[in-house]
Formats: sequence, structure tokens, C-alpha cells
Amino acid sequence: MAPPGVVVSEGLAADLCCFPSREQYFALIESFRDDAFEMCVDVCAVDYLDYPDRWLPEGVVATRFEVVTNLLSLSKKLRVRVRVQAGDDRPEVASLFTLYPGTEAMEREAFDLLGVLFTDHPDLTRILMPEDWEGHPLRKDYGVGKVPVQFKEAPGPR
Amino acid sequence: MSDPTIRTAERIDLLAAETSEGAQELQFRRDTASGQLGREVGAVLRVDGRALDPHSVDFDRRDDETMIINMGPSHPSTHGVLRLMLELDGEFVLRTKPIIGYLHTGMEKTGEELSYVQGATNVTRMDYLSPVINELCYSMAVEKLLDIEVPDRAVWIRMLMSELNRISSHLVWMATNGMDLGASSMMIYGLREREMILAFFEKTAGLRMNLNYVRPGGVAADLPDGWQDDALVICDTILARTYEYDDLLTGQPIFRNRMVGVAPMTAEEALALSVTGPLLRSTGVPWDLRRSMPYLAYDEVEFDVIVGTYGDNFDRYAIRLNEIRESIRIVRQCIDMMPGGDYRSQDPKVTPPPRARIGESMEALIHHFKLFTEGFHVPAGEVYSAVESPRGELGCYIVADGGPKPYRLHVRGPSFVNLQAVSLLMRGGSMSDTITVISTIDPIMGEVDR
Amino acid sequence: MALEDLQHNFLTGRIEDLARWARRASVWPASFGLACCAIEMMATGGADFDLSRFGMEVFRNSPRQADLMIVAGRVSQKMAPVLRQVYDQMMEPKWVISMGVCASTGGLFNNYAIVQGVDQIVPVDVYAPGCPPSPETLMHAILTLHEQIRTGEIMKRRATDEPTHLDQTPESWTPEVPVAVRVGTPK
Ligand code: SF4
Repeated sequence: MAPPGVVVSEGLAADLCCFPSREQYFALIESFRDDAFEMCVDVCAVDYLDYPDRWLPEGVVATRFEVVTNLLSLSKKLRVRVRVQAGDDRPEVASLFTLYPGTEAMEREAFDLLGVLFTDHPDLTRILMPEDWEGHPLRKDYGVGKVPVQFKEAPGPR
Repeated sequence: MSDPTIRTAERIDLLAAETSEGAQELQFRRDTASGQLGREVGAVLRVDGRALDPHSVDFDRRDDETMIINMGPSHPSTHGVLRLMLELDGEFVLRTKPIIGYLHTGMEKTGEELSYVQGATNVTRMDYLSPVINELCYSMAVEKLLDIEVPDRAVWIRMLMSELNRISSHLVWMATNGMDLGASSMMIYGLREREMILAFFEKTAGLRMNLNYVRPGGVAADLPDGWQDDALVICDTILARTYEYDDLLTGQPIFRNRMVGVAPMTAEEALALSVTGPLLRSTGVPWDLRRSMPYLAYDEVEFDVIVGTYGDNFDRYAIRLNEIRESIRIVRQCIDMMPGGDYRSQDPKVTPPPRARIGESMEALIHHFKLFTEGFHVPAGEVYSAVESPRGELGCYIVADGGPKPYRLHVRGPSFVNLQAVSLLMRGGSMSDTITVISTIDPIMGEVDR
Repeated sequence: MALEDLQHNFLTGRIEDLARWARRASVWPASFGLACCAIEMMATGGADFDLSRFGMEVFRNSPRQADLMIVAGRVSQKMAPVLRQVYDQMMEPKWVISMGVCASTGGLFNNYAIVQGVDQIVPVDVYAPGCPPSPETLMHAILTLHEQIRTGEIMKRRATDEPTHLDQTPESWTPEVPVAVRVGTPK
């Protein structure tokens, strides 16, 4: 199903997983779309900073960021997951907007929370965080922002 | 932080600056590139083979002919904290842009901090109208990673609870939708019926909302004694009441005038925008994960997938109303077919020992303690699980690194994706239709922003 | 004596007491539903719990017509300035109930996105605990507030908050209110 050169593996729960390179990514998704995958269900990104030694099939070079795209075929009742290694310092993959306009918000979310860039995205702005926010909160080197809980003000038992 | 001594006259500009979101907002036409403008004017026109028609985009309209107004984030009919910016030509909407994030809770980050046992408390607060279904989706993902089987009874309890939850969620939708259209009595009736289901939840799980009832490995507690009678009463009452809603709304001319034929959508547009749930089904696509990719025991029960024809507001209303009836059918079958047995997996890895044994055995105590402080370790891998929530496909993507906490938790919120249809549905409609459009899309902001 | 001409019963009292009593009995809540708690707030207004017993079932959508703000749900950093703006637009005297642990302390979500307690932004009079607080809890909070309004305790606190330095120029005799706060990116 996938064009030659793309690494394919059976993921968990019999989901088909493809591991294209960044250059192959757009063409692969396009071929899937022509192959009756009518819907792009989800686009999200993962920051593998603390977990670089994850399992990947042979021939795939792990990078810090990974973009995971879930496609769904309504006619074949099939899901396929495309995992593309997006790069280390300046993660960037092609935007799927021209193929699936519904990815617009999802890609903006991945950009906002993880700082992954999507080439040719029509409107790559923050979507969830305030406009003047610094940093991308879901990155692993971004703290949770916990405020220590204080109980010292609480009155004792009466 | 600003200078506290600034006087009222200057504060207005300052406040406007503080609440402005800059580039996230709808821009004036002169600041918008033509491609962008084309997208905003007809969000999906560039799909496959249907190139953007330049005639449908009035590029040369000037900014002083139109008006950009702001709606929300604190607006009575935006169902929470949705903010919309509308470009209006008189009474008609030209462009719309939803601005979201006003309820961004950082749940995906918090989810990485909580163990798999605690995780359900976190996800249940995302879509707060269907907490059970959120937990279900999360638990199914974790169970897939752990590769454990859930006992039959747990599966059926989960199904019963999710269908009850679907009913209550649609009831709130009926209530708020009625409210938005001025049918305030619907508000009262919808919430009144919902209380019955919440009482059942309270009896079963101890809480009215945010139950944390479905957990990896099963459910938290068995159904209470006499649950069949309670559930039957719920079914009978609500089924009878749905026909009263018919009388109240379905045939009422004012309601119909505002719903029938307003904001239609075609199946191609819906698919291109990744829209799921009642919104997709209203366009005639019979896609319901319960039927198409059955999970739990949905392949053993009988129900119909309700499909619309025109994709307009009224279809979306009718689908939700009839889904209440279908869910009641499923609940009845759950009552009849509920198997006996355990309500949670007996795998000691995920299930704490029974209460009685904790007092007697040291091992059981340690086991219990370990499970709730450290949690269980989940084998490394990544998994995507999807269920049909009242709003569409709810997906949960978990990356596990072998530890007791998820490495990455991502939730695909159906309303987050469905909300993209707003610009398309509102285009060319009148100002008063915006209310009905938001309402029938049924966005739950907790899930949109997470 | 003059009283002999009276045709009706009458009561005597102090004007402040009368004002407090009237205020207590006509609190107008602004709908400020944010998250899950808002659904419980709606349920409180619904048929089973019936907030109209306390004359409060009409949730005003314009802050100009309201004097009680029920902050129902978690307040994100993006929402904080908006919340403050709505609060500023309400007429004095005004009260705030913080509903739910999220609004009160940040609750479960001790992270970058949520303001850890809405009392950093607006002064809170009553906290309703719970996640979500059941309608009974919310009603208890409302009754507590009513009681405080009636006894005037809340007004005492307000009196100590009076602006201390008013400018002499005529256009600036409106009291000072702090400008909305963007709590800022935690580092
Ligand atoms: S306190 Fe609980 S119910 Fe209320 S907004 Fe927070 S999470 Fe939701």
C-alpha cells in the first residue's frame, strides 16, 4: 500500500504504522488519500527528549520530535498511523492543509504546544495559549509550572 | 503587571490591549493575504478537484464596508468560553474565526505527571458532559498497552454507563439549544430529566459528574442493588418525555423556521474538515464507531445509526433527539443481558486486593499501597484508541516508556475538530443564525481547549 | 398623638439594615460559566434545585446588570484578563463566589495554564469547595453570602479597602481599580 522506501510496521492493536522520512511524508499521505483514506483524524506531535532510545524499525533515525498523523478510511474501515521524524532543533514537516483542510487546527495546536513548524500552513499562529506566551509548554524541557501548595495559613483544629 | 495608578480613561485601551490576542484574531482584509482570505471565506473550497473559485471571493471589498465584531468569550450562547470574531456585511456574516484557548487547562501536561491509575481523574474533566466516555477511551488505550482482558460484566457495565451518559449529554444539549432559541422551558425540562441519570450515577459511582468510574482494568465499583429498576424507570420516563419534546419543539413553527435549511453542509465538506459525530451523520454519512468499528460489546446489541440528509441544523437536532431513543434501546438490552461475574479484572497487576484482605494480609496491604502510590508499569509502546462520544470520535493517543506514567498523552477532542466547521457553516448566514450554528455544533470548551 | 391616625402596622429600623435586607434579597448573578462547574451551576438553576427560591434564578448576561459573579470553573491564563474586565464592569456593591476547587486553588491542575486561585485576580467573598460542588454546596455558599450581606460583614471589609489617594483633577475622581492582570508566563 505504501510506496517503496517507506518503512511499514504493524503497530499495536493491528494499526498499520508507516515511518516515512520528512521528504516522503507529504507524498505518502497523498497516496493514502487517493487510496480511500477519506479523513485525517488526528495530527499530534511528541517530544522524545527524555526517551531517545525508543523502539523504531530498522532504517529510521530517531529525532527529538515526531509528528503522528492518524488517517481513517471510512470505506475500508481501516486506520493507519504515520509517524514522521520531524527533526531536532527546528522541527518542520509539510502541512497537510491542502490535502485535508481539517488538519488546520490540529497543526496549529502542535505548533502552539510543541513548536513544530508546518511548511505552507496558511495561518500558523498560537491557538490555545495567549499570544504573548513564551515557549511551548508541552516540550519536555518546559516545566509543569507547579506552584507549591502551602498549608501554613490554615487555622488549626478548634 | 501594570501600574496600579492608571486612571479610568486610559484603562480602556489598556484593557483592550490586555485581552487582545493579536495574530490569533480575525484580521482586516487589507492585512490578509488573498489565499488566506479565500480560505477564510470558503474554508474547504480548495478540497480535491474543486479549486477556489475567485468569483466567490469578493477580494475587492473594502474594510470600511464591513464590520468586524467580537462575540465572547463571555457570551450567553457560546456554551462556555468560545470567542468568535465575525465580519459582518449588515446582517450577514462574511467571515468567522473562532478563537479558542480560554479554557486551556494543560491537561495533556498534567497527564504526564499522573500515574496510569490517576490518569482517569484527569481525562474525565475534559469533556465534562460525557465523563464516562472520556474515561472509557483512556482506559481502553491503557488496556491495549497492557494487553489485558476486561471481564464481561465490566464491559457491559461500561456500555450501560456510557449510554446513560450519552443520554444525559444529549439532554443538556437539548436544554441549551432550546435556551439559545428562546425556548426556556426546554432548558428546565432537559435539566430535569438529566437529574434522573445523575442520581443513578451518584448511586453507582458516588459523584454526579467527573465520576472516575471507568478505570484501567474494569470499573471502580459494582452496580448498586436494584439498579435494574432504577435504569428501567429512567428509560421509561425519558422515552416518554422525548415525545413531549417532539410536541414542544419538533413541530413548532418558530423553532422550525430557525432550524430547517439553516447552515447546511455536504458530506465532502464534512469529511474534508475531519468532522465526526452527529455533524457528520447529519450529512448522510453513516459513520458511527459503535457500528463501524465496534468496541466493548456494541456488536451484540441492536441499535440504529441515525443519519440525516441535508446536514442542516434541523438534521443535527433530529439526530440527537433520536440518538437518545436509540441509547435507551441499548440501555434496555444492557439490563436484560447483563452478565454476572467480576466487575474488574482479577489481574493483580492493575487491580488492588479486595478490602477485606487488606486488614489480614501484609502482602495485600503492600500491594494496595504500591498500586496507589507508584502505580503499575506499562510496557513501552504507543497506542491510539477511539470511541464514539456524543460529539464524535474521541481518540486517545498514549506513548508509554515502560514507566508508571504516560510519556505523552494526547486526546483528540471531537469538538476541537468540529469547531473548524463554524466558519463554513456561518458563511452567508445571518447574524441570528450564528447562535443556532454554535449550538448545533455542540462544542464543549473543556474538550476543545483541554 | 400622631400615631393614633395611623391606619396600618409599621416597623421601625435603621436605614442601613433596610438596605442590607433589600440587597440580600435581590442578588443578581452574572453568568460566568467556565467549565464543568458551570454545568452544575446550570443544574442549580434548573427544576430540581430551583435557585429561584432565593430570587436568583435569572442569570444576567450583562455584567452591568449583575452584582454577584459566580466564577464556575477553572480560570486559564488566557481568560484571566477577561475575567477581570467583566468584574470591573459590574456595579458596586458586588460580590464574588469562587465555585469549585479549580477556581479556588487551581485544584487538580497545578500547572502552567491555570491561574492558581481566582483570588489572585478578583477579591473572593465565599469559596465553594468540591469538584464539582454539588448544587447543595453552591446553594450553601449563596446562603452564606446572603447572611454576610445581611449582617454587613462584607461591607466592613470594603470600607477598609477605600482608595486612599484620589487626585484632585476633576476627571479622575473615579476610584482606582487595578488594571487587569496577565499573570504571565511562569518560568
Ligand atoms: S473544580 Fe472540578 S468540576 Fe469544577 S471546573 Fe474544576 S475540574 Fe471542573
